[in-house]
Amino acid sequence: MEFFERFAVPHPSPAIYASMVAIGLTVIAIFAGLTYFKKWGFLWREWLTTVDHKRIGIMYLISAILMLFRGGADAIMMRAQLAAPENKLLDAQHYNEIFSTHGVVMILFMAMPFIIGLMNFVIPLQIGARDVAFPRLNALSFWLFFAGAMLFNISFVVGGSPDAGWTSYFPLAGNDFSQSVGTNYYMIAIQIAGLGTLMTGINFLATILKMRAPGMTLMKMPMFTWSAFIANIIIVFAFPVLTVALAMGTLDRLFGANFFTSNNGGMDMLWANLFWVWGHPEVYILILPAFGIYSEVISTFARRNLYGYKSMVGSMVIISVLSFVVWVHHFFTMGQGAFVNSIFSITTMAIAVPTGVKIFNWLFTLHKGKIVITTPMLYSLLFIPLFTIGGVTGVMLGMSAADYQYHNTMFLVAHFHMVIIPGVVFAMLAGLTYYWPKMFGFMLNERIGKWSAWTIGISTLVAFMPMFFSGLDGQARRMYTYSEASGFAIWNMISFIGAAGLAVGFALIVYNIYYSFRYASRDIGSDPWDARTLEWSTHTPVPEYNFAKIPQIDSVEPFWDQKKHGKKLFEGELEKIHMPNNSGIPFIMGILFFLWGFSFIFAMWIPVIIFTLAIFGCMAYQSFEKDHGRYIPLEEVEETENKLGGNR
Amino acid sequence: MKIDHSLPLEYSTEQNRLKILGFWIFLGAEIMLFATLFASYFVLVNGTGNGPSGAEIFEITPVLAETILLLTSSFTIGLAIHAMRLGNKKAMLVFFGITLVLGLAFLGVEIYEFVHYVHVGAGLQTSAFTAILLTTLGTHGAHVTFGLFWGLFILLQVKKNGLTPETTNKSFIFSLYWHFLDVVWIFIFSFVYLKGMM
Ligand code: HEM
Ligand SMILES: [Cu+2]
Repeated sequence: MEFFERFAVPHPSPAIYASMVAIGLTVIAIFAGLTYFKKWGFLWREWLTTVDHKRIGIMYLISAILMLFRGGADAIMMRAQLAAPENKLLDAQHYNEIFSTHGVVMILFMAMPFIIGLMNFVIPLQIGARDVAFPRLNALSFWLFFAGAMLFNISFVVGGSPDAGWTSYFPLAGNDFSQSVGTNYYMIAIQIAGLGTLMTGINFLATILKMRAPGMTLMKMPMFTWSAFIANIIIVFAFPVLTVALAMGTLDRLFGANFFTSNNGGMDMLWANLFWVWGHPEVYILILPAFGIYSEVISTFARRNLYGYKSMVGSMVIISVLSFVVWVHHFFTMGQGAFVNSIFSITTMAIAVPTGVKIFNWLFTLHKGKIVITTPMLYSLLFIPLFTIGGVTGVMLGMSAADYQYHNTMFLVAHFHMVIIPGVVFAMLAGLTYYWPKMFGFMLNERIGKWSAWTIGISTLVAFMPMFFSGLDGQARRMYTYSEASGFAIWNMISFIGAAGLAVGFALIVYNIYYSFRYASRDIGSDPWDARTLEWSTHTPVPEYNFAKIPQIDSVEPFWDQKKHGKKLFEGELEKIHMPNNSGIPFIMGILFFLWGFSFIFAMWIPVIIFTLAIFGCMAYQSFEKDHGRYIPLEEVEETENKLGGNR
Repeated sequence: MKIDHSLPLEYSTEQNRLKILGFWIFLGAEIMLFATLFASYFVLVNGTGNGPSGAEIFEITPVLAETILLLTSSFTIGLAIHAMRLGNKKAMLVFFGITLVLGLAFLGVEIYEFVHYVHVGAGLQTSAFTAILLTTLGTHGAHVTFGLFWGLFILLQVKKNGLTPETTNKSFIFSLYWHFLDVVWIFIFSFVYLKGMM
């Protein structure tokens, strides 16, 4: 019994017990369903062991959408609690746990897999490659992310959730003030997922650098590929910092080290610095691929080439450099002194310049374009004004003297939601809708799609604009309640309505998926949007090998040139095609990492040692394994090509 | 698999070239990892609390021994790769083996060093300084340990399969890794030990 006591939830509530039951039932239902319909073999062969970048991409996207709903449930609970003064829906501890998990889930387990999922699906197609550079490593990346995400998500029913904010500042996150295992979950789960992300970064850099189709020079890469390229550079340089910070936090919490404590020479501000040296670049890892999506969508539906290609690239390069030298703006108030603050104020405000360049490039693309309003385009058009609100308030926050007023108020909360939702989330929804037909062979319904875009766009404003006002009025962030006399009630009520509106918007998207799955036409061809880049030049559904013949590129919009100017994209004869084999190792390693992490969180050292050895065993096995991939024979390629509507 | 015979074996296939590039990118990430550790070390080096400072616990003899062992091993792995390029499997295996033995000796001395630190009251929990010292050294040491196993596996594969595009590629990448650990050690030697003892 004593052994099991450690898994109890330290601060339970009926809702948590209900979730336990719900989780248990769902798991049983999934297992029973798979067994009943005899789908285990299918699942294993087609998905769990796949190394195909398209399927891995889709698994990332499914996980991201699930996490969006988990994080969304957190959000609704918080807004409901704050909707009225002195509300008793949640107590302080639960509120702390919820805002902590909300932040982590949304940034690391929703937004990251969403962009990585789109990158996975799109990049090899966009550069005319057959897969990524290291397909098996790619599968491992996914399973590590997934293991980390699952680990983090069970915290609230097994042992307790982290409650020190998504920033997990010490000493609050230290053992003295966070006594449950919650923050251990934070340290370990993010570590595991972070390793996966780092591998993704390496993989995609190698892919983009080496696997472009012949003729596609760097300056002929599509803009989404460019943005992913830059984002992956940032990943490779920023994530190791997080790795170290989390390792140090783990040592503090589980081994009694004194990195961030207040005695024996520890320094809590070191955590804050390390966290944001990673954290600020992280927000650009999210936003740059989002910018890339907008560039693709806007140019497709303005029916013209992207305005200012070179300045788009240049501005991203500048942003990537600047993103590493602004981190102090997250704690202007923590005593660096006027000189340091001034430097970081200037670098921070400087980022607005390249960002502004991009905004104007999109506007100039629209100008003189023949705009077609589709759902992805609608998201992009909503993005421009809404994101600008977020960006401009960011510059306000960037003035260190003024930030003493705004810091840690709802004004800040409004800022980052107004950049992340219109910036990242809209882009993900635009990207999902845009690439949906390529992924699944049917389009999402446009009417419902536009309804959801408008609902989400308007609700974003309703939910977050009031926070600017209540923040300026002095409402602090991360407070679970406020008094009637403060006068914040009206703003928070409006916010709550906006949050509910967002929930409706997302529900509409789910309904749209269901509706389109049932009723949408499957006869859409391979280029339903009349698009311009290479990913649309192959068949739908995309064959396993992506391109039967490797395309020859001589412009930024090769597919458009083929369609409009009759340029030949695919020349030469069909040949047999070399493809990598599936492998179960990445999935098994994911499970091992999950178990390893779980044991580590609860300081159960014997299992930790066993699983560590098992993980290394897998790596040793891979080292000795002989796997040269396989060839798809020419006849099979010909057959597939004919079936999909003729060889290209 | 297309083999390009104008290039050294380890570069001879597309997949090989990808792997080498990928590993260089990985080393970029490793540089950031150690850079973060060093930055934290400089921040915490005076955070000795009630514990000892570097000058009080560092011993020159083991540190010098470690340095010589690791530097020599970096030289021998270079010789191994040279022999590999010349197609001399036997010489390659010998130098590769020597490298691993030297690495093992390095690790032995480092373990001795750690035991010594704990003995003189400089454990992980003593102070922020001892924590970052042991973490930095430990991270490097863990890399060496990992490298020993990895290198051993590659050695066995070369022995069994000979010098193929695959085994040479693995060996070459391993040599990059090993040189990198050497470079990190030089930084540790200069900025942790020498600076600490001065
Ligand atoms: C025009 C560019 C931007 C500027 C000048 C800017 C400036 C700032 C500043 C100064 C803060 C700290 C304020 C405080 O704590 O008092 C902040 C917080 C934040 N920003 Fe931005 N920002 C910009 C764009 C973005 C973008 C594009 C994203 C994400 C995609 C983003 C996400 C965040 C987040 C998540 C936080 C708050 C984190 C926290 O404390 O929990 N920002 N921003
Ligand atoms: Cu920032």
